Amino acid sequence: MSGHIIEYAHPLYGLMAEFDTPGELVAAARTTREAGFRQFDAYTPYPIHELDEAMHLYDNRVSLATLLGGLFGCAGGFGLCSWISAVALPLNIGGRPLISVPMFIPITFECTILIGGLTAAISMILMNGLPLPYHPVFNVARFAAASKSKFFLCIESADPMFDTRETAGFLGSLNPTEIAEVAR
Amino acid sequence: MQPVELPDKIHVGPVIDEGHSLASVSDKIGGIVLKRRITLGWVFGLLISFAVLQNLMAGAAWLFIKGIGVWGVNIPNGWGFAIVNFVWWIGIGHAGTLISAILLLLNQSWRNAINRFAEAMTLFAVMCAGMFPVLHTGRPWLAYWLFPYPNTMDLWPQMRSPLLWDVFAVSTYLTISAVFWFVGLLPDLATLRDSAKQRWKQVVFGALAMGWRGSARHWQRYEKASLLLAGLATPLVVSVHTVVSFDFAVSIVPGWHTTIFPPYFVAGAIYSGFAMVLTLMIPVRQFYGLQDIITIRHLNNMAKVTLATAMIVAYGYSMEAFFGYFSADTYEKFMIWNRMTGPYAPFYWILILCNILTPQLLWFKKNRTSPFRLFCLSIVVNIGMWLERFVIVITSLHRDFLPSSWGMYYPTIWDWAVFTGTLGMFMTCIFLFIRVLPMITIFELRMLLPGARVKEPVAQ
Repeated sequence: MSGHIIEYAHPLYGLMAEFDTPGELVAAARTTREAGFRQFDAYTPYPIHELDEAMHLYDNRVSLATLLGGLFGCAGGFGLCSWISAVALPLNIGGRPLISVPMFIPITFECTILIGGLTAAISMILMNGLPLPYHPVFNVARFAAASKSKFFLCIESADPMFDTRETAGFLGSLNPTEIAEVAR
Repeated sequence: MQPVELPDKIHVGPVIDEGHSLASVSDKIGGIVLKRRITLGWVFGLLISFAVLQNLMAGAAWLFIKGIGVWGVNIPNGWGFAIVNFVWWIGIGHAGTLISAILLLLNQSWRNAINRFAEAMTLFAVMCAGMFPVLHTGRPWLAYWLFPYPNTMDLWPQMRSPLLWDVFAVSTYLTISAVFWFVGLLPDLATLRDSAKQRWKQVVFGALAMGWRGSARHWQRYEKASLLLAGLATPLVVSVHTVVSFDFAVSIVPGWHTTIFPPYFVAGAIYSGFAMVLTLMIPVRQFYGLQDIITIRHLNNMAKVTLATAMIVAYGYSMEAFFGYFSADTYEKFMIWNRMTGPYAPFYWILILCNILTPQLLWFKKNRTSPFRLFCLSIVVNIGMWLERFVIVITSLHRDFLPSSWGMYYPTIWDWAVFTGTLGMFMTCIFLFIRVLPMITIFELRMLLPGARVKEPVAQ
């Protein structure tokens, strides 16, 4: 037998600190990032743009997907008009051109918007890993306030620097109102 | 990007009254759905709306049994109430998209309190609008023929026809509006899931929220997607009424064949839509005690948009009249003369009164900041905009090129049944919506609160 080691996942998902104001959360997130943690996340009741900068969140894949979706819709819409008018059902009306570009623009435009818009919404939901019926953060009783009025920071045990005791001490130094263990 | 600070005298009060906190807005708006008892007034309103909705059922049933002849349409008036109502309803929808998409791009944060409601109104109005072309085909069970699909007849729709553009424009509009609305609802559904006490409500809102947990990584993509959707919906909303106006403008009928139609239709759509938002929001904020969230400032701003679009519409009317005389075309000249002095002239002059003269009252701050006066005015504009579509459709068709083919159009009781039925359908949807979903976007409202700003503690 080779030395096959079964690695048990950490019994905790992570440690969660609760803050009262968005300012404290942004400061805490910046400190956490500067301390070297990477596997952590902030939870807020509304989007806070300062967090993107504090946590170095720059994900432009939704925009890229939307662009590609829009281009696909554009090509598809124009292709549909052209194929129907020139191949599937060509009608010679006084020798007018079969592929009459100006008349195809409205449908091409609508298809661009349709596919682009659907891609924006669906790619956002899928890249966020939703729908997700269960997530460990919901095990924290007070986490229900994350969708109302409180601000949370969770350092995950998946982070190589994570150590239950030391990380709890680190979170304590950020002056949270409460620290909770997040069960899996 | 920081919103531009305007001098205080421009505003009449705050966007959201003082005294609200992150928790209080959630409780107030979420509480309407989760905690508030069903009141007698709501039941009464829903029952009336639902009763009126039965007109649609009766009207549609009789139409299916007897055919399109039960309506007042004839030759030359091939387009009667069905198209009038279609254009009216679809126009009403446009205000919702303007508020949710265009005002988002313009960084107008006051819109945060009214966009959810206006978007819901858009969805319901487009649903009502969609009824009419489908019923007007006369054989609604074959309505799927409008879409390009491979069939045994080896036939395809005419991709160069504005009527087919309409199919694409309206179905795209409905789809994108619904998607935008649902994306906006996600975080609020999570709030309701976390606030609900009963198990079944937690399950229903939980399933709809799809596990939203407010992660910063999620919000970052969410904001990007919202902005992209707004950017896509903005040209879309302009295109929809443009395509609707092409249905008219691409034809050669006098009074329809004009290049001013697209911009004038879009302005008219936004005009009637804002009037409908006011008609609905003023009673709702009263009954649900939302005066601290939908403030006088909102009403004032909406009144200003209404006035601005009224002026664009007034320009459209005067240009129509000018083009008629300036065209040196017998039929165009006759059309505008007939519109102003012919058998339907009273409708034309009432529409001028409703759409151009009455809204001038909005120049006065007293009228813009009085909910009651605004409500009355919005009803007048709604009627005026309906008359506008009636005048455009009927006065152009009923006396065209050949006097031998002239005729009159009189709507029948079944026309009225279907029209009032869609009003009932619209109101039924609104009544259900305000009870089952948060009618104000809670998470965007939080962003307006002073406590929501990021003030980082100074490092020691």
